[in-house]
Amino acid sequence: MQITSPNFKENAREALSDAALQKALGNVRTGFIDKRRKAIDALPEFDDLRDSARDIKNHTLAHLDLYLEAYEKKVLEAGGHVHWAETAADARAIILDICRQYGARTVTKGKSMITEEIDLNECLEEAGIKPVETDLGEYIIQLRGEHPSHIIAPAVHLNKEQVEADFRRVHTHLPVNRDLSEPSALLGEARRVLRAAYFDADVGITGANFLVAETGTSVIVTNEGNGDLTQILPKVHIVVASIEKITPTLEDVSQILRVLARSATGQDMSVYTTFSTGPRRAEDPDGPEAYHVVLLDNGRSSMLGTEFQDMLRCIRCGACMNHCPVYHAVGGHAYGWVYPGPMGAVLTPALIGVDKAGHLPNASTFCGRCESVCPMRIPLPKMMRHWREREFQRGLNPATTRYGLRMWALLAKRPRLYRMAAASGAAVLSMLGGRKRRLSSVPLAGGWTRWRDLPAPQGRTFMQQWADRGRNKAAHR
Amino acid sequence: MSARDSILAKVRASLGTAGEPAARMEAVSARLTSHAPGIIPARGQIDAPKRVKLFAEMAEKANATVQRVRSGASVPKAVSSYLRSHNLPAAIRLGLDPRLTAMGWQEQKALTVKTGPSDGFDEAGVSHAFGGIAETGTLMLTSGPDNPTTINFLPDHHIVVINEADIAGDIEALWSALRARGMDMPRTVNFITGPSRSGDIEQTLLLGAHGPRALHIIIVGGAAGP
Repeated sequence: MQITSPNFKENAREALSDAALQKALGNVRTGFIDKRRKAIDALPEFDDLRDSARDIKNHTLAHLDLYLEAYEKKVLEAGGHVHWAETAADARAIILDICRQYGARTVTKGKSMITEEIDLNECLEEAGIKPVETDLGEYIIQLRGEHPSHIIAPAVHLNKEQVEADFRRVHTHLPVNRDLSEPSALLGEARRVLRAAYFDADVGITGANFLVAETGTSVIVTNEGNGDLTQILPKVHIVVASIEKITPTLEDVSQILRVLARSATGQDMSVYTTFSTGPRRAEDPDGPEAYHVVLLDNGRSSMLGTEFQDMLRCIRCGACMNHCPVYHAVGGHAYGWVYPGPMGAVLTPALIGVDKAGHLPNASTFCGRCESVCPMRIPLPKMMRHWREREFQRGLNPATTRYGLRMWALLAKRPRLYRMAAASGAAVLSMLGGRKRRLSSVPLAGGWTRWRDLPAPQGRTFMQQWADRGRNKAAHR
Repeated sequence: MSARDSILAKVRASLGTAGEPAARMEAVSARLTSHAPGIIPARGQIDAPKRVKLFAEMAEKANATVQRVRSGASVPKAVSSYLRSHNLPAAIRLGLDPRLTAMGWQEQKALTVKTGPSDGFDEAGVSHAFGGIAETGTLMLTSGPDNPTTINFLPDHHIVVINEADIAGDIEALWSALRARGMDMPRTVNFITGPSRSGDIEQTLLLGAHGPRALHIIIVGGAAGP
């Protein structure tokens, strides 16, 4: 997909004035947060489980090479195939090869962010293979030629009227006068259309929430059941997963599952949690005849051992974006690539470069809600700060920002000068604020005052008031 | 260098794992064989009767329906009346699980029983669960000729039979039970909590997305029921 992260500011401005998008984003603000809160309040061990989940992933990442080898060995023992891909292009080539090997013409897909990351659908289409997204949200946005705006609710930016219009545009074989006014009618129609697709497909492609080293198992966590139909009905099941999805044991996965669904949708367990190991066995009456895993690096190995290693604990629950005031305001597409919200603001610069995605870690108020809800305790604001530092070190900020920061440093390193400047600034701004105590324009601060007033300072700085307080206390003693 | 070796070399270089390889390997093999359970929520750690009750409550909370019968012999009748009350044709799809096939389906004269995997035309499928998890109201089903995986997903109505004694407090107990039977990891292990659903249109929860529209659980045990 085309990367528009460098245009974040323009994207955000457009998003803010898009009435339909703003209406749809209201569902994020109300839905996810309350449901998560209720589920967590009902589980006293939740915070201990977060610690446990964090420790499991830290241990795994510190031994990632060994767990990858152990996992591969088990997949092979179970009769599966393992393919290693260093880059997105490598992964695409491998998947295309497998599809061609089995003469695939149609491929069904379970919901997978990693296949978004590698632009798999475009690649398959160019090769004359039809990819069919089967998750309801993914199906809707595929019809629209869009990409997901949320990692677990890909069509959260749409309203039902828009979905109805798309279904009428595409499902032309159905009666024109059918009633699609209710979401249930839309779901029913998608269910009927996609049912046929599962049986027609030659290959089913899913992602993985976890890869289990102990058993060579891939795990998907879903609510619709589309991922399961995708992987049990076609002849071939291809799992695409990045290397940090490895988890040591079934017990370790079980720990993380307890924080995953609650953080994502507020369920105790998602409806379907499916563990798949190898192809169908000799005695099995169903299931795929071949099982392939594509292990993708695509920049993860370079994050290990750096200040961004903790990001590799991410389990893609979406809680950070569900609680993010910036995401609430602009939605997911403004971020300009696959991963939106706070996790995207940290991961995107690592995967496509801070030169392209520098705006993302800057688009944060550092309110800290993302870190406070992260089930894996990923210090997201801290890592956004690391990106800001790198951006500055590499001279990627605009000249005015760099000049401003240099001025600030000049003052901040000279306390007397700073206090004098602050005192005179506070006095002048207070005077200018007048009785309204607000400023509607300030020199050099047009970026702020263009959109909102600046509250005027009281007139005296904190340091001055503190000194006064000390003097008063001394006088009363 | 192959892509595999190159990725592993990059991981090792980033981690700086030049020293003490033996200690690292020991840590990994210890972890893979110890199956340490971690934190188990207190919610499911209760005595058997309460556990069964909690399982039923949690499953109902996830929009499943739950029924209890005294013995396996009562299951065919329960299934027949479920089909009737939902205006469904008197036909089911069934695997070869001996616990199911021995239940005396032939006594339900009007009922058509097909065995084997689902072909997508079955309105109702019947499976036998490996176990249940009281903590979350979850069923665990394992693939194979006894309970083909397609029955779990293709029929509109999925009816799952579970023995009361197989309802554990937590998922970890079921992993232990699987290992205790000396079973290899089955091709597919399905954990199922309620019927299929989607919230993808305006965050409105709708049941029956791609999998079953309804999940009916029949708990077999001496404690209650006909």
